[in-house]
Amino acid sequence: MDFLRPRTWAEALDLKAARPEATPIQGGTDVMVEINLDKGRPAALLDLTPIPELREWSREGDVIRLGAGVTYSRLIGELEARLPGLAQASRTVGSPQIRNRGTVAGNLGAASPAGDSHPPLLACDAVVEAESVRGARLIPIGEFYTGVKRNALAPDELIRAVRVPVARGPQYFSKIGTRNAMVIAVCSFSIALHAAERRVGTGVGSAAPTPRRAVAAEEFAAARLDWRGRSPLDPDVAGRFGELVAGAAAPIDDVRGRAAYRTHALAVLARRALGWAWADFRAGTGADSSAGSGGGDDRGSQ
Amino acid sequence: MRVNLTVNGRATAADDVWEGESLLYVLRERLGLPGAKNACEQGECGSCTVYLDGTPVCACLVAAGQAEGREVVTVEGLSRGDAPLPGAGPAHGDVSGEGLHEVQRAFLDAGAVQCGFCTPGLVVQAHALLAEADGVPSDADIREALAGNLCRCTGYEKILDAVRLAATRLGPPP
Ligand SMILES: Cc1cc2nc3c(=O)[nH]c(=O)nc-3n(C[C@H](O)[C@H](O)[C@H](O)COP(=O)(O)OP(=O)(O)OC[C@H]3O[C@@H](n4cnc5c(N)ncnc54)[C@H](O)[C@@H]3O)c2cc1C
Ligand code: FES
Ligand code: FES
Repeated sequence: MDFLRPRTWAEALDLKAARPEATPIQGGTDVMVEINLDKGRPAALLDLTPIPELREWSREGDVIRLGAGVTYSRLIGELEARLPGLAQASRTVGSPQIRNRGTVAGNLGAASPAGDSHPPLLACDAVVEAESVRGARLIPIGEFYTGVKRNALAPDELIRAVRVPVARGPQYFSKIGTRNAMVIAVCSFSIALHAAERRVGTGVGSAAPTPRRAVAAEEFAAARLDWRGRSPLDPDVAGRFGELVAGAAAPIDDVRGRAAYRTHALAVLARRALGWAWADFRAGTGADSSAGSGGGDDRGSQ
Repeated sequence: MRVNLTVNGRATAADDVWEGESLLYVLRERLGLPGAKNACEQGECGSCTVYLDGTPVCACLVAAGQAEGREVVTVEGLSRGDAPLPGAGPAHGDVSGEGLHEVQRAFLDAGAVQCGFCTPGLVVQAHALLAEADGVPSDADIREALAGNLCRCTGYEKILDAVRLAATRLGPPP
Protein backbone atom coordinates (compact mmCIF):
# COMPACT_ATOMS: atom_id res chain seq x y z
CA MET A 1 0.00 0.00 0.00
CA ASP A 2 1.18 3.53 -0.72
CA PHE A 3 0.44 6.61 1.31
CA LEU A 4 0.17 9.67 -0.94
CA ARG A 5 0.36 13.09 0.63
CA PRO A 6 -0.29 15.90 -1.83
CA ARG A 7 0.50 19.39 -0.52
CA THR A 8 -1.70 21.23 -2.98
CA TRP A 9 -5.00 20.66 -4.74
CA ALA A 10 -3.27 20.57 -8.13
CA GLU A 11 -0.93 17.87 -6.84
CA ALA A 12 -3.90 15.89 -5.50
CA LEU A 13 -5.57 15.98 -8.92
CA ASP A 14 -2.31 14.88 -10.61
CA LEU A 15 -1.95 11.99 -8.19
CA LYS A 16 -5.56 10.89 -8.65
CA ALA A 17 -5.11 10.99 -12.43
CA ALA A 18 -1.92 8.94 -12.21
CA ARG A 19 -3.36 6.56 -9.60
CA PRO A 20 -7.13 6.36 -10.16
CA GLU A 21 -7.27 3.29 -7.91
CA ALA A 22 -6.07 5.32 -4.91
CA THR A 23 -8.65 5.82 -2.15
CA PRO A 24 -9.03 9.43 -1.01
CA ILE A 25 -9.07 9.82 2.75
CA GLN A 26 -10.27 12.78 4.81
CA GLY A 27 -11.76 12.10 8.24
CA GLY A 28 -11.11 8.40 7.73
CA THR A 29 -14.31 7.55 9.60
CA ASP A 30 -15.39 5.28 6.77
CA VAL A 31 -12.03 4.44 5.18
CA MET A 32 -10.20 3.44 8.37
CA VAL A 33 -13.06 1.26 9.61
CA GLU A 34 -12.78 -0.77 6.41
CA ILE A 35 -9.01 -1.13 6.74
CA ASN A 36 -9.07 -1.90 10.47
CA LEU A 37 -11.71 -4.57 10.02
CA ASP A 38 -9.87 -5.92 6.98
CA LYS A 39 -12.85 -5.45 4.70
CA GLY A 40 -10.61 -4.45 1.86
CA ARG A 41 -7.18 -2.98 1.38
CA PRO A 42 -6.87 0.02 -0.88
CA ALA A 43 -3.91 0.01 -3.27
CA ALA A 44 -3.05 3.46 -1.98
CA LEU A 45 -4.41 6.10 0.37
CA LEU A 46 -4.56 9.65 -0.95
CA ASP A 47 -4.58 11.91 2.10
CA LEU A 48 -6.45 15.14 1.37
CA THR A 49 -6.18 16.60 4.89
CA PRO A 50 -2.97 18.60 4.24
CA ILE A 51 -4.67 20.74 1.58
CA PRO A 52 -5.66 24.03 3.24
CA GLU A 53 -8.32 25.24 0.78
CA LEU A 54 -10.39 22.10 1.29
CA ARG A 55 -10.91 23.16 4.91
CA GLU A 56 -12.43 26.49 3.88
CA TRP A 57 -16.00 27.50 3.21
CA SER A 58 -17.16 30.71 1.64
CA ARG A 59 -20.37 32.43 0.74
CA GLU A 60 -20.79 33.08 -2.95
CA GLY A 61 -24.01 34.97 -3.51
CA ASP A 62 -26.83 32.84 -2.16
CA VAL A 63 -24.75 29.69 -1.97
CA ILE A 64 -22.35 28.34 0.63
CA ARG A 65 -19.38 26.68 -1.04
CA LEU A 66 -18.44 24.07 1.53
CA GLY A 67 -14.88 22.83 1.08
CA ALA A 68 -14.58 19.04 1.04
CA GLY A 69 -12.53 19.05 4.24
CA VAL A 70 -14.90 21.03 6.47
CA THR A 71 -15.85 18.76 9.39
CA TYR A 72 -19.34 18.24 10.76
CA SER A 73 -18.30 19.97 14.00
CA ARG A 74 -17.28 23.11 12.13
CA LEU A 75 -20.38 23.02 9.94
CA ILE A 76 -22.55 22.89 13.09
CA GLY A 77 -20.57 25.65 14.77
CA GLU A 78 -20.15 28.01 11.83
CA LEU A 79 -23.03 27.42 9.43
CA GLU A 80 -26.05 26.40 11.46
CA ALA A 81 -28.03 29.59 10.73
CA ARG A 82 -27.47 29.39 7.00
CA LEU A 83 -27.67 25.65 6.44
CA PRO A 84 -30.08 24.55 9.19
CA GLY A 85 -31.15 21.25 7.60
CA LEU A 86 -27.60 20.10 6.95
CA ALA A 87 -26.50 21.28 10.39
CA GLN A 88 -29.32 19.34 12.08
CA ALA A 89 -28.34 16.22 10.17
CA SER A 90 -24.68 16.79 11.08
CA ARG A 91 -25.58 16.91 14.77
CA THR A 92 -26.90 13.36 14.56
CA VAL A 93 -23.76 11.89 12.98
CA GLY A 94 -21.91 9.44 15.24
CA SER A 95 -20.40 11.13 18.28
CA PRO A 96 -18.40 14.30 18.96
CA GLN A 97 -15.17 12.48 18.06
CA ILE A 98 -16.66 11.30 14.75
CA ARG A 99 -18.05 14.77 13.96
CA ASN A 100 -14.63 16.28 14.69
CA ARG A 101 -13.21 14.26 11.79
CA GLY A 102 -16.04 13.31 9.45
CA THR A 103 -17.00 15.45 6.46
CA VAL A 104 -19.95 15.88 4.11
CA ALA A 105 -17.66 15.12 1.17
CA GLY A 106 -16.68 11.84 2.85
CA ASN A 107 -20.37 11.05 3.30
CA LEU A 108 -20.84 11.69 -0.44
CA GLY A 109 -17.76 9.63 -1.31
CA ALA A 110 -19.11 6.70 0.69
CA ALA A 111 -22.62 7.25 -0.79
CA SER A 112 -24.26 4.98 1.75
CA PRO A 113 -28.05 5.10 1.37
CA ALA A 114 -28.10 5.76 5.15
CA GLY A 115 -25.71 8.72 5.10
CA ASP A 116 -27.20 11.59 7.05
CA SER A 117 -26.08 14.47 4.81
CA HIS A 118 -27.96 13.17 1.81
CA PRO A 119 -31.59 14.02 2.70
CA PRO A 120 -30.88 17.70 3.48
CA LEU A 121 -28.61 18.03 0.44
CA LEU A 122 -31.46 16.70 -1.72
CA ALA A 123 -34.08 18.89 -0.03
CA CYS A 124 -32.14 22.06 -0.72
CA ASP A 125 -30.84 21.33 -4.24
CA ALA A 126 -27.13 21.08 -3.43
CA VAL A 127 -24.57 20.71 -6.20
CA VAL A 128 -21.39 18.64 -5.96
CA GLU A 129 -18.29 20.29 -7.35
CA ALA A 130 -16.11 17.53 -8.80
CA GLU A 131 -12.70 18.13 -10.30
CA SER A 132 -9.99 16.25 -12.15
CA VAL A 133 -7.01 17.20 -14.30
CA ARG A 134 -9.57 17.30 -17.13
CA GLY A 135 -11.42 20.15 -15.47
CA ALA A 136 -14.22 20.87 -13.02
CA ARG A 137 -17.88 19.96 -13.33
CA LEU A 138 -20.99 20.59 -11.28
CA ILE A 139 -23.12 17.55 -10.49
CA PRO A 140 -26.68 18.26 -9.29
CA ILE A 141 -27.21 16.24 -6.11
CA GLY A 142 -30.11 14.32 -7.64
CA GLU A 143 -27.71 12.88 -10.23
CA PHE A 144 -24.91 12.13 -7.81
CA TYR A 145 -26.15 8.89 -6.24
CA THR A 146 -26.03 6.08 -8.76
CA GLY A 147 -26.48 2.97 -6.61
CA VAL A 148 -25.82 1.44 -3.21
CA LYS A 149 -22.50 2.98 -2.15
CA ARG A 150 -21.92 4.20 -5.71
CA ASN A 151 -21.73 7.75 -6.98
CA ALA A 152 -21.24 9.70 -10.19
CA LEU A 153 -17.55 10.50 -9.69
CA ALA A 154 -15.20 9.37 -12.44
CA PRO A 155 -12.14 7.38 -11.29
CA ASP A 156 -9.86 10.40 -11.69
CA GLU A 157 -12.22 12.85 -9.98
CA LEU A 158 -12.20 14.27 -6.47
CA ILE A 159 -14.83 16.29 -4.66
CA ARG A 160 -13.56 19.84 -4.27
CA ALA A 161 -16.62 21.29 -2.53
CA VAL A 162 -20.36 21.02 -2.09
CA ARG A 163 -22.47 24.03 -3.02
CA VAL A 164 -25.46 24.39 -0.74
CA PRO A 165 -27.97 27.21 -1.20
CA VAL A 166 -28.46 29.37 1.89
CA ALA A 167 -31.81 28.55 3.51
CA ARG A 168 -34.71 30.76 2.36
CA GLY A 169 -37.20 29.16 4.68
CA PRO A 170 -37.52 26.59 7.47
CA GLN A 171 -35.62 23.30 7.18
CA TYR A 172 -35.80 20.14 9.28
CA PHE A 173 -34.08 16.78 9.45
CA SER A 174 -35.25 13.80 11.45
CA LYS A 175 -33.99 10.29 11.77
CA ILE A 176 -35.10 7.03 13.37
CA GLY A 177 -32.62 5.07 15.46
CA THR A 178 -32.26 3.16 18.67
CA ARG A 179 -30.54 5.89 20.65
CA ASN A 180 -29.70 9.55 20.28
CA ALA A 181 -26.05 9.04 19.39
CA MET A 182 -24.01 6.70 17.27
CA VAL A 183 -26.92 5.58 15.17
CA ILE A 184 -27.03 4.67 11.52
CA ALA A 185 -30.47 5.76 10.37
CA VAL A 186 -33.23 3.18 10.16
CA CYS A 187 -34.80 5.80 7.96
CA SER A 188 -34.50 9.56 7.74
CA PHE A 189 -36.23 12.53 6.20
CA SER A 190 -35.44 16.14 5.49
CA ILE A 191 -37.65 19.00 4.39
CA ALA A 192 -36.87 22.50 3.12
CA LEU A 193 -39.51 25.15 2.44
CA HIS A 194 -38.31 27.35 -0.41
CA ALA A 195 -40.72 30.07 0.59
CA ALA A 196 -39.98 32.66 -2.09
CA GLU A 197 -40.61 30.10 -4.84
CA ARG A 198 -43.50 28.46 -2.96
CA ARG A 199 -41.77 25.16 -3.37
CA VAL A 200 -41.09 22.24 -1.01
CA GLY A 201 -37.88 20.21 -1.12
CA THR A 202 -37.57 16.72 0.36
CA GLY A 203 -34.95 14.04 0.87
CA VAL A 204 -35.50 10.46 2.01
CA GLY A 205 -32.67 8.43 3.51
CA SER A 206 -32.09 4.76 4.28
CA ALA A 207 -35.25 3.66 2.51
CA ALA A 208 -34.13 2.90 -1.05
CA PRO A 209 -30.93 1.84 -2.83
CA THR A 210 -29.98 5.51 -3.02
CA PRO A 211 -31.08 8.60 -1.13
CA ARG A 212 -33.90 10.20 -3.14
CA ARG A 213 -36.42 13.01 -3.28
CA ALA A 214 -40.14 12.41 -2.88
CA VAL A 215 -41.21 14.40 -5.93
CA ALA A 216 -44.95 13.66 -5.81
CA ALA A 217 -45.03 14.75 -2.16
CA GLU A 218 -43.14 17.95 -2.99
CA GLU A 219 -45.58 18.87 -5.77
CA PHE A 220 -48.61 17.99 -3.68
CA ALA A 221 -47.50 20.14 -0.74
CA ALA A 222 -46.44 23.07 -2.93
CA ALA A 223 -49.90 23.14 -4.47
CA ARG A 224 -51.88 22.65 -1.28
CA LEU A 225 -50.07 24.85 1.25
CA ASP A 226 -51.59 28.28 1.80
CA TRP A 227 -48.43 30.28 1.04
CA ARG A 228 -50.22 33.63 0.80
CA GLY A 229 -52.62 33.43 3.74
CA ARG A 230 -50.30 31.32 5.92
CA SER A 231 -53.30 29.53 7.40
CA PRO A 232 -52.67 26.57 9.72
CA LEU A 233 -51.66 23.27 8.16
CA ASP A 234 -54.65 21.15 7.21
CA PRO A 235 -54.13 17.77 8.96
CA ASP A 236 -55.37 15.96 5.85
CA VAL A 237 -52.70 17.68 3.77
CA ALA A 238 -50.04 16.74 6.31
CA GLY A 239 -51.25 13.14 6.38
CA ARG A 240 -51.35 12.85 2.61
CA PHE A 241 -47.88 14.40 2.38
CA GLY A 242 -46.60 11.71 4.74
CA GLU A 243 -48.20 8.97 2.63
CA LEU A 244 -46.67 10.34 -0.55
CA VAL A 245 -43.22 10.50 1.04
CA ALA A 246 -43.57 6.91 2.21
CA GLY A 247 -44.73 6.00 -1.29
CA ALA A 248 -41.52 7.33 -2.78
CA ALA A 249 -39.45 4.88 -0.73
CA ALA A 250 -38.43 1.38 -1.75
CA PRO A 251 -37.15 0.00 1.54
CA ILE A 252 -35.81 -3.45 2.37
CA ASP A 253 -35.86 -5.62 5.48
CA ASP A 254 -32.49 -5.58 7.18
CA VAL A 255 -30.91 -5.77 10.64
CA ARG A 256 -31.89 -2.20 11.42
CA GLY A 257 -35.55 -2.49 10.56
CA ARG A 258 -38.24 -4.10 8.45
CA ALA A 259 -39.41 -2.51 5.21
CA ALA A 260 -42.95 -2.12 6.57
CA TYR A 261 -41.65 -0.32 9.64
CA ARG A 262 -39.54 2.02 7.53
CA THR A 263 -42.51 2.91 5.34
CA HIS A 264 -44.68 3.60 8.35
CA ALA A 265 -41.99 5.59 10.16
CA LEU A 266 -41.25 7.70 7.08
CA ALA A 267 -44.88 8.77 6.80
CA VAL A 268 -44.79 9.86 10.44
CA LEU A 269 -41.45 11.67 10.11
CA ALA A 270 -42.59 13.51 7.00
CA ARG A 271 -45.94 14.53 8.45
CA ARG A 272 -44.28 15.90 11.59
CA ALA A 273 -41.48 17.65 9.71
CA LEU A 274 -43.98 19.44 7.49
CA GLY A 275 -45.87 20.50 10.61
CA TRP A 276 -42.76 21.95 12.25
CA ALA A 277 -41.61 23.69 9.08
CA TRP A 278 -45.04 25.15 8.37
CA ALA A 279 -45.39 26.40 11.96
CA ASP A 280 -42.03 28.17 11.58
CA PHE A 281 -43.08 29.63 8.25
CA ARG A 282 -46.30 31.00 9.74
CA ALA A 283 -44.37 32.48 12.65
CA GLY A 284 -41.82 33.98 10.29
CA THR A 285 -38.92 32.04 11.84
CA GLY A 286 -36.59 29.34 10.63
CA ALA A 287 -35.19 31.14 7.62
CA ASP A 288 -31.74 32.62 7.57
CA SER A 289 -32.19 36.16 8.76
CA SER A 290 -28.96 37.24 7.08
CA ALA A 291 -29.86 35.77 3.69
CA GLY A 292 -29.35 38.17 0.87
CA SER A 293 -28.36 41.12 2.99
CA GLY A 294 -24.88 39.99 4.01
CA GLY A 295 -24.61 39.60 7.80
CA GLY A 296 -22.67 36.78 9.45
CA ASP A 297 -19.27 35.66 8.32
CA ASP A 298 -18.75 35.15 4.63
CA ARG A 299 -15.98 32.64 4.97
CA GLY A 300 -14.35 30.28 7.41
CA SER A 301 -11.13 28.31 7.48
CA GLN A 302 -9.07 26.23 9.82
CA MET B 1 7.29 4.69 6.12
CA ARG B 2 8.47 7.10 8.79
CA VAL B 3 5.98 9.36 10.56
CA ASN B 4 7.17 12.48 12.38
CA LEU B 5 4.84 13.94 14.97
CA THR B 6 4.77 15.67 18.32
CA VAL B 7 3.36 13.60 21.15
CA ASN B 8 2.68 15.12 24.55
CA GLY B 9 4.94 18.04 23.72
CA ARG B 10 7.88 15.99 22.44
CA ALA B 11 8.92 15.76 18.81
CA THR B 12 9.20 12.10 17.92
CA ALA B 13 9.27 9.73 14.96
CA ALA B 14 7.89 6.28 14.33
CA ASP B 15 9.64 4.00 11.85
CA ASP B 16 8.49 1.05 9.75
CA VAL B 17 4.92 2.27 9.90
CA TRP B 18 2.60 0.34 7.59
CA GLU B 19 0.67 2.71 5.30
CA GLY B 20 -2.72 1.44 6.44
CA GLU B 21 -1.84 1.61 10.13
CA SER B 22 -3.78 3.78 12.58
CA LEU B 23 -2.44 6.51 14.84
CA LEU B 24 -3.64 4.35 17.74
CA TYR B 25 -1.33 1.52 16.71
CA VAL B 26 1.58 3.93 16.35
CA LEU B 27 1.01 5.35 19.82
CA ARG B 28 0.58 2.01 21.56
CA GLU B 29 2.88 -0.33 19.68
CA ARG B 30 5.59 1.93 18.29
CA LEU B 31 5.83 4.79 20.80
CA GLY B 32 5.11 2.84 23.99
CA LEU B 33 2.13 4.89 25.07
CA PRO B 34 -0.53 2.37 26.10
CA GLY B 35 -2.88 4.96 27.64
CA ALA B 36 -5.23 5.21 24.67
CA LYS B 37 -6.97 1.84 24.50
CA ASN B 38 -7.84 -0.36 21.58
CA ALA B 39 -11.27 -1.90 21.94
CA CYS B 40 -13.31 -1.71 18.75
CA GLU B 41 -11.13 -0.12 16.06
CA GLN B 42 -14.26 1.26 14.44
CA GLY B 43 -14.93 4.53 16.19
CA GLU B 44 -17.76 3.16 18.32
CA CYS B 45 -16.31 3.06 21.82
CA GLY B 46 -14.14 6.17 22.25
CA SER B 47 -11.56 4.37 24.39
CA CYS B 48 -8.82 5.48 21.97
CA THR B 49 -9.70 9.19 22.22
CA VAL B 50 -6.69 11.53 21.96
CA TYR B 51 -6.22 15.16 21.03
CA LEU B 52 -5.08 15.77 17.45
CA ASP B 53 -4.07 19.43 17.05
CA GLY B 54 -6.25 20.24 20.05
CA THR B 55 -9.38 18.37 18.89
CA PRO B 56 -10.48 15.08 20.45
CA VAL B 57 -10.65 12.28 17.88
CA CYS B 58 -10.69 8.49 17.76
CA ALA B 59 -7.04 7.57 17.21
CA CYS B 60 -8.13 4.27 15.65
CA LEU B 61 -9.65 6.17 12.70
CA VAL B 62 -6.70 8.48 12.01
CA ALA B 63 -4.33 6.98 9.45
CA ALA B 64 -0.80 7.13 10.85
CA GLY B 65 0.38 9.16 7.88
CA GLN B 66 -2.30 11.76 8.57
CA ALA B 67 -0.55 12.56 11.87
CA GLU B 68 2.62 13.62 10.04
CA GLY B 69 3.75 16.98 11.39
CA ARG B 70 0.84 17.22 13.78
CA GLU B 71 0.47 17.46 17.52
CA VAL B 72 -1.00 14.63 19.56
CA VAL B 73 -1.83 14.68 23.26
CA THR B 74 -2.74 11.39 24.92
CA VAL B 75 -4.08 10.74 28.40
CA GLU B 76 -0.46 10.39 29.53
CA GLY B 77 0.11 13.98 28.48
CA LEU B 78 -2.67 15.38 30.67
CA SER B 79 -0.96 14.63 33.96
CA ARG B 80 1.68 17.04 35.18
CA GLY B 81 5.34 16.78 36.05
CA ASP B 82 6.04 13.17 36.84
CA ALA B 83 3.77 11.82 34.16
CA PRO B 84 5.32 8.67 32.75
CA LEU B 85 6.84 9.36 29.37
CA PRO B 86 8.26 6.81 26.98
CA GLY B 87 11.45 5.32 28.40
CA ALA B 88 10.95 7.10 31.71
CA GLY B 89 10.23 4.00 33.75
CA PRO B 90 7.19 1.82 34.35
CA ALA B 91 3.92 3.26 33.19
CA HIS B 92 2.26 2.37 36.49
CA GLY B 93 4.94 4.00 38.63
CA ASP B 94 2.86 6.80 40.01
CA VAL B 95 0.31 5.16 42.30
CA SER B 96 0.13 8.16 44.61
CA GLY B 97 -2.02 10.04 42.16
CA GLU B 98 0.25 13.04 42.48
CA GLY B 99 0.66 14.88 39.24
CA LEU B 100 -2.69 13.69 37.97
CA HIS B 101 -4.89 16.20 36.22
CA GLU B 102 -8.04 17.29 38.11
CA VAL B 103 -10.18 15.32 35.69
CA GLN B 104 -8.18 12.15 36.35
CA ARG B 105 -8.29 12.70 40.11
CA ALA B 106 -12.04 13.32 39.98
CA PHE B 107 -12.56 10.01 38.18
CA LEU B 108 -10.71 8.22 41.00
CA ASP B 109 -12.42 10.14 43.79
CA ALA B 110 -15.91 9.72 42.35
CA GLY B 111 -15.49 5.98 41.88
CA ALA B 112 -15.84 6.33 38.13
CA VAL B 113 -13.12 3.77 37.42
CA GLN B 114 -13.86 0.06 37.61
CA CYS B 115 -11.93 -2.06 35.11
CA GLY B 116 -10.52 1.21 33.76
CA PHE B 117 -10.51 0.26 30.12
CA CYS B 118 -12.79 3.12 29.08
CA THR B 119 -11.17 5.62 31.44
CA PRO B 120 -8.39 7.13 29.31
CA GLY B 121 -10.79 7.95 26.49
CA LEU B 122 -13.38 9.34 28.87
CA VAL B 123 -10.75 11.43 30.65
CA VAL B 124 -9.59 13.02 27.39
CA GLN B 125 -13.15 13.65 26.21
CA ALA B 126 -14.21 15.05 29.61
CA HIS B 127 -11.07 17.20 29.61
CA ALA B 128 -12.09 18.62 26.24
CA LEU B 129 -15.64 19.28 27.47
CA LEU B 130 -14.42 21.14 30.56
CA ALA B 131 -11.88 23.16 28.60
CA GLU B 132 -14.83 24.67 26.71
CA ALA B 133 -17.43 24.68 29.47
CA ASP B 134 -18.39 27.69 31.51
CA GLY B 135 -18.82 26.26 35.02
CA VAL B 136 -20.48 22.90 35.68
CA PRO B 137 -22.01 21.58 32.45
CA SER B 138 -25.61 20.39 32.46
CA ASP B 139 -26.33 16.68 32.52
CA ALA B 140 -27.56 16.93 28.95
CA ASP B 141 -24.30 18.55 27.85
CA ILE B 142 -22.20 15.93 29.65
CA ARG B 143 -24.19 13.09 28.14
CA GLU B 144 -23.92 14.63 24.68
CA ALA B 145 -20.16 15.17 25.02
CA LEU B 146 -19.59 11.61 26.24
CA ALA B 147 -22.04 9.95 23.83
CA GLY B 148 -19.19 8.36 21.89
CA ASN B 149 -17.50 6.79 24.93
CA LEU B 150 -18.79 3.40 26.02
CA CYS B 151 -18.32 1.96 29.50
CA ARG B 152 -19.34 -1.63 30.25
CA CYS B 153 -18.83 -1.42 34.02
CA THR B 154 -20.00 1.71 35.78
CA GLY B 155 -23.47 2.42 34.43
CA TYR B 156 -22.25 5.98 33.75
CA GLU B 157 -23.69 7.62 36.90
CA LYS B 158 -20.28 7.79 38.61
CA ILE B 159 -18.78 9.11 35.41
CA LEU B 160 -21.27 11.98 35.40
CA ASP B 161 -20.40 12.55 39.07
CA ALA B 162 -16.71 12.66 38.17
CA VAL B 163 -17.23 15.26 35.45
CA ARG B 164 -19.29 17.46 37.76
CA LEU B 165 -16.69 17.04 40.53
CA ALA B 166 -13.86 17.98 38.19
CA ALA B 167 -15.80 20.98 36.92
CA THR B 168 -16.40 22.19 40.46
CA ARG B 169 -12.76 21.76 41.44
CA LEU B 170 -11.46 23.42 38.31
CA GLY B 171 -13.72 26.41 39.01
CA PRO B 172 -14.72 29.00 36.47
CA PRO B 173 -12.29 29.56 33.60
CA PRO B 174 -9.81 32.41 34.19
C1 LIG C 1 -18.67 5.32 14.91
C2 LIG C 1 -19.18 5.87 13.62
C3 LIG C 1 -20.43 6.44 13.57
C4 LIG C 1 -20.92 6.96 12.37
N1 LIG C 1 -22.16 7.51 12.38
C5 LIG C 1 -22.64 8.03 11.24
C6 LIG C 1 -23.92 8.64 11.22
O1 LIG C 1 -24.60 8.76 12.25
N2 LIG C 1 -24.37 9.13 10.04
C7 LIG C 1 -23.63 9.06 8.90
O2 LIG C 1 -24.09 9.54 7.87
N3 LIG C 1 -22.42 8.49 8.88
C8 LIG C 1 -21.91 7.97 10.02
N4 LIG C 1 -20.68 7.38 10.01
C9 LIG C 1 -19.95 7.25 8.75
C10 LIG C 1 -18.96 8.39 8.47
O3 LIG C 1 -18.61 9.07 9.65
C11 LIG C 1 -19.53 9.42 7.49
O4 LIG C 1 -19.85 8.80 6.28
C12 LIG C 1 -18.57 10.57 7.23
O5 LIG C 1 -19.27 11.60 6.56
C13 LIG C 1 -17.36 10.19 6.39
O6 LIG C 1 -16.53 11.33 6.26
P1 LIG C 1 -14.93 11.21 6.32
O7 LIG C 1 -14.36 12.55 6.02
O8 LIG C 1 -14.50 10.58 7.58
O9 LIG C 1 -14.69 10.21 5.10
P2 LIG C 1 -13.51 9.20 4.75
O10 LIG C 1 -13.61 7.99 5.58
O11 LIG C 1 -12.21 9.92 4.75
O12 LIG C 1 -13.94 8.88 3.26
C14 LIG C 1 -15.20 8.28 2.98
C15 LIG C 1 -15.32 7.95 1.50
O13 LIG C 1 -15.31 9.13 0.72
C16 LIG C 1 -14.21 9.16 -0.17
N5 LIG C 1 -13.74 10.54 -0.18
C17 LIG C 1 -13.36 11.29 0.90
N6 LIG C 1 -13.08 12.55 0.52
C18 LIG C 1 -13.25 12.60 -0.83
C19 LIG C 1 -13.09 13.64 -1.80
N7 LIG C 1 -12.72 14.89 -1.46
N8 LIG C 1 -13.37 13.34 -3.09
C20 LIG C 1 -13.77 12.10 -3.45
N9 LIG C 1 -13.94 11.09 -2.56
C21 LIG C 1 -13.68 11.33 -1.27
C22 LIG C 1 -13.23 8.15 0.38
O14 LIG C 1 -12.38 7.63 -0.58
C23 LIG C 1 -14.16 7.12 0.95
O15 LIG C 1 -14.67 6.29 -0.06
C24 LIG C 1 -20.15 6.88 11.19
C25 LIG C 1 -18.87 6.32 11.25
C26 LIG C 1 -18.38 5.82 12.45
C27 LIG C 1 -17.00 5.25 12.50
S1 FES D 1 -10.93 1.71 19.61
FE1 FES D 1 -11.21 3.63 18.63
S2 FES D 1 -13.27 4.05 19.07
FE2 FES D 1 -13.07 2.04 19.85
S1 FES E 1 -14.73 1.01 33.88
FE1 FES E 1 -14.78 -0.85 32.76
S2 FES E 1 -15.42 -0.17 30.81
FE2 FES E 1 -15.65 1.59 31.97
